[in-house]
Amino acid sequence: MKITVDQDKCCGAGTCVLLAPDVFDQRDEDGIVVLLDSSPPAALHSLVDEAASVCPAAAITVSSS
Amino acid sequence: MSEVDELPRFPFESDAALEPPAEWAELRSKCPVAHVKLASGDQAALLTRHADVKQILSDPRFTRPTPADDAARISDSEEGGIFNSDMAEVIPQHGEAHLTWRRGIGKWFTAKRMNALRPGIAAMTEQLIDEMVAKGVPADLKASLGFPLPVWVICDMLGVPDADRDRFAHWSDTMLSMTRFSAAEMKAAEQEFGMYMAGHIALKRANPGDDLLSALITDPEPMSDVTLIATGIGLLIAGHETTANMITKMVAMLLSDRTRWESLLADPSLVRTAVEEALRLDANAGVGMARYLTEDVEIAGTVLPRGTTAMCSMAAANRDEEAFARAAEMDLGRTPNQHLAFGAGAHACLGQPLARTELQVVLEVLLRKLPSLDLAVPVQDLRRVEGLVVGGLVELPVRW
Repeated sequence: MKITVDQDKCCGAGTCVLLAPDVFDQRDEDGIVVLLDSSPPAALHSLVDEAASVCPAAAITVSSS
Repeated sequence: MSEVDELPRFPFESDAALEPPAEWAELRSKCPVAHVKLASGDQAALLTRHADVKQILSDPRFTRPTPADDAARISDSEEGGIFNSDMAEVIPQHGEAHLTWRRGIGKWFTAKRMNALRPGIAAMTEQLIDEMVAKGVPADLKASLGFPLPVWVICDMLGVPDADRDRFAHWSDTMLSMTRFSAAEMKAAEQEFGMYMAGHIALKRANPGDDLLSALITDPEPMSDVTLIATGIGLLIAGHETTANMITKMVAMLLSDRTRWESLLADPSLVRTAVEEALRLDANAGVGMARYLTEDVEIAGTVLPRGTTAMCSMAAANRDEEAFARAAEMDLGRTPNQHLAFGAGAHACLGQPLARTELQVVLEVLLRKLPSLDLAVPVQDLRRVEGLVVGGLVELPVRW
């Protein structure tokens, strides 16, 4: 799994951080997404997929490679 | 009779408090772009499918109508209530200025801050439940818990003393209610609130605390007082009635079929997904979100011309069978749940992590403290209250 985030699209809703705090974080100054782990372990894949699909700004992209 | 008069009137009515109006499913399948007449008498294009609502809400070209636009008016009151007030013009709606404002507030709504708020919200919830229990059964869960809790939380974030919570609740209720108070009463509440906030801001400027308002005041690029007051009003508009009603409707949905409540008692780890499912199935979520189309746009094969006001019904979209398997069923473990209750795109609800946190904490504490909670009236006796920002229940009689 390979994750990318688009900080320009991000609206800071924090949904991804609430779901997968080991993979996503938010900048302290404005709440915009920060990627902590671009290829997380398999145990986190379903939560990451969920975070990507429910992101209100569609700012998270997940590819299988 | 003009053409507009012959159009269906939106919002639609529903007889059952927790059930959607029949028109939603009909329009989704037969008429995804429906011309409707709003309470103001103005015309709008109503969108009810998940894909269409998401597309328009996510389109960065379009925003909520501002008074400068020649957009359809939602409200029938002369003043248009809080939607047409000065507040609407103070907080920037577009582009870079909107982004700056939003990100200045956004840091107060990070997941980390929300997690830090959890113990405080849980303590407030416990206090309100204890007070409700002390008064005995039956109780109105809306008045006892749903209504006060979000105001207490917002007061906390703004550094407002506990003693002023009730005044805050009154102003918020009056400013936002489009039906129960006159335009003059609404205006008076807005003025009283503005004066209180001006004084409160002056106090915070002299003596900053560890709250959102103090942080905005002491920021190297501080907001003007007018913007600070507008931001305070904005937080109440966005965070009070909405969350208060959602707490009430969520508990009603879970108790209306008590096997749902029992599933949660047996497995409290379902709380997170149950909250999302309650948000998705909210059948009385207000009118939705309006978008003023500044360019022609094609939706579901129909070209909507520039100047159209599009009404996005997120609640109708949230029941779209194309987007959700067994969309009409309440599945407490549904994952992922791409509901649009908080909107989508650059203007998606700023406070959604706070709303989620409040709803999750309320549910966790209720399950723990009042496992025997039940409706005190048959579900068909629950009555709806309509609202522009959000609808709800008149009251939620419970016993335990």
